[in-house]
Amino acid sequence: MSTLDAPQPPTGLSPGQQALRRLRQNRFALLGGVLLLAIFAACFLVPLVFGLDATSVQPEYRHQPPSWQHLFGTDNVGRDYLARVLIGGQTSLLVGLAATLASVTVGVLVGSVAGYFGGRVDEVLMRLVDFLYGIPYMFLVILIMLMFSETARGEALPVFLALGLVQWLTMARVVRGQVLSLRRREFVLAARLMGSSDARVIAVHVLPNVAGVILVYATLTVPAVIILESFLSFLGLGVKLSWGQLVAEAVSVVNPVRSFWWLLWWPGALLGLTLLSLNYLGDGLRDALDPKTQALAPP
Amino acid sequence: MRWSRWRRWGLAAALLTALVAGLARPIGLSSALATLGGLGTLVGAAWLPERAVRKLGPLLAFGLSFALLRPSLGPWVATVASSLALVAAHRWASFAVLRRITFIVPSLVFLIFVTTLLMYQAPGNPFARERVASPLVEEALRASYGVPRGALEFFEIYMRRLLLEGSLGPSIKVQGRSVEALIGPALPVSLALGVLALTFAVALGLVLGISAGLRPNSSADYVSMGVAMLGISLPNFVIGALLVIVFALSWRVLPVAGWGSLRHLILPSITLGLPYAAYIARLARNGTIEVMQQDFIRTARAKGLPEHRVVLGHALKGALLPVVSFLGPAAAGILTGSFVVESLFGIPGMGQWFVKGAINRDYSVVLGSAILYATLVTVFNLLVDLAYAWLDPRVRGSL
Repeated sequence: MSTLDAPQPPTGLSPGQQALRRLRQNRFALLGGVLLLAIFAACFLVPLVFGLDATSVQPEYRHQPPSWQHLFGTDNVGRDYLARVLIGGQTSLLVGLAATLASVTVGVLVGSVAGYFGGRVDEVLMRLVDFLYGIPYMFLVILIMLMFSETARGEALPVFLALGLVQWLTMARVVRGQVLSLRRREFVLAARLMGSSDARVIAVHVLPNVAGVILVYATLTVPAVIILESFLSFLGLGVKLSWGQLVAEAVSVVNPVRSFWWLLWWPGALLGLTLLSLNYLGDGLRDALDPKTQALAPP
Repeated sequence: MRWSRWRRWGLAAALLTALVAGLARPIGLSSALATLGGLGTLVGAAWLPERAVRKLGPLLAFGLSFALLRPSLGPWVATVASSLALVAAHRWASFAVLRRITFIVPSLVFLIFVTTLLMYQAPGNPFARERVASPLVEEALRASYGVPRGALEFFEIYMRRLLLEGSLGPSIKVQGRSVEALIGPALPVSLALGVLALTFAVALGLVLGISAGLRPNSSADYVSMGVAMLGISLPNFVIGALLVIVFALSWRVLPVAGWGSLRHLILPSITLGLPYAAYIARLARNGTIEVMQQDFIRTARAKGLPEHRVVLGHALKGALLPVVSFLGPAAAGILTGSFVVESLFGIPGMGQWFVKGAINRDYSVVLGSAILYATLVTVFNLLVDLAYAWLDPRVRGSL
């Protein structure tokens, strides 16, 4: 009887299902995912549903601490800070996602081509990556931002282009390493013997095997990009209304006489919470998709 | 087989043409061709045969160290020191190291070129003011500062001045000062901040990481990894602002901002180093866990060594390896991260000159700091790789 009651070991699970199971056991990753969903929903739905307005100025309500009327308080010209933080969050999150998409596209393309063809192609592309690694990336970002500075000040597009274009290097290296070890495998040889073109072999046979790694690094790229964007905002080169911008404004009014703590607290806390969730989720995904490192899973 | 080779070359040619055409629209055909030529040179430098690298490497090492040392030590000392570098490179440097050195110089030239192109692409120019100068005046200014209208001409003038006179040129916006005179005093400030931040990051990271790694899944492990995650996730200007509010405004134990005494350095270097301390802690933790499972640790314990000697004498070296390879990116990150921290704490470092130069379109200041940053990062990366090879005999052959 007792043998029947004992939990049966899972059998016949695909690697994907096993990974999902491992991910579900990681509380921190799950909590990160839930928090992330909540932050997304708050930033994109709440302003829409309640019709929040981030721009209307009420000079008589300057620097109000949080109250029932203004949950997050008001800023130096009396704008509702809740609306500003949430709408600023939209830009931060969007920039993070879009720049990550750009960096994944370029990184996967370069990495898979370099790894699959090897030889000279590999050499050329990896030298290029080495060269770009040698440049402090903030430089490139600031220079690229300058190119757009007057035509599109405050627009999000140049920011995520610039950030995406400097963030693809690690992705390219990682994908190349994986593809390099895959291209000698029998199933790739078999696909080529059947007459598949190189592009088809890469897209259909090689890349699905690298998808896990790509997903993990993409998850870890998003926080990196969001931090970079906030740096740019802090230096006055970023998007008009984002968390980084709000924090920068709050820092500039830090003074020993009167503390406007809510100005720094709300965008700082939301920014930190988002990045924390993304990092935990990324770590969880890495541990789930790569069982070898499971023993080393950071808490 | 034949056909596929044709197809491949055809594809490459088509890609190249598309690249030239795409680049030519914004920056002009000649600049586009020059960019591709630069890329070709860069790749070519990676393919130099071994004999050429062995001859060229020491010479470039001489030139590079001379150019780096001359401004601070004077021509004579620099010549002696660089000659030592030449002899050292000729006698002891391995092929891989020489190859790295031969790659540095064309990289720097190409960096200057790309930066020039990007700056010229940016709208506005250093002579654009609210009061419109007459075209005649502007031409005279352009001639006297060596800033012609074309990016390629500027690149030519700049490189000639750099190579023949060893000078970074005059600042365009700060009148009567050379770029060296602007950046020179700022360099030690940034270096002091960076070195202190890196030391702090390594010390804190190793302590946290190794203590967590020795007892995985204990409460000490959870606490230190939680702290590390927080350090990675908070942008450092938020951390900096919080530190200022707590230590400078509430407790009044440290100055808010400024520069001058050692006390001014404490908050900025903690702010700058904390995210890297967090990364290092995570790396050291994983490294420690991995090392502690090795056979040689069991052997050391079986010999009856006390635990602290097992850890310090045998495990530490292995736990350090991943940290050492992270030091290169960390140093680069700390250098550029200092843009933000310098502006937060009002520190007169190099970051402010670069950002100011970029916003004011002060071409020579931007190029000067770009060269400086890139050289620092590449040289540091080289040193890190040498240190790695010294620590891990397994990779010694490849370097």
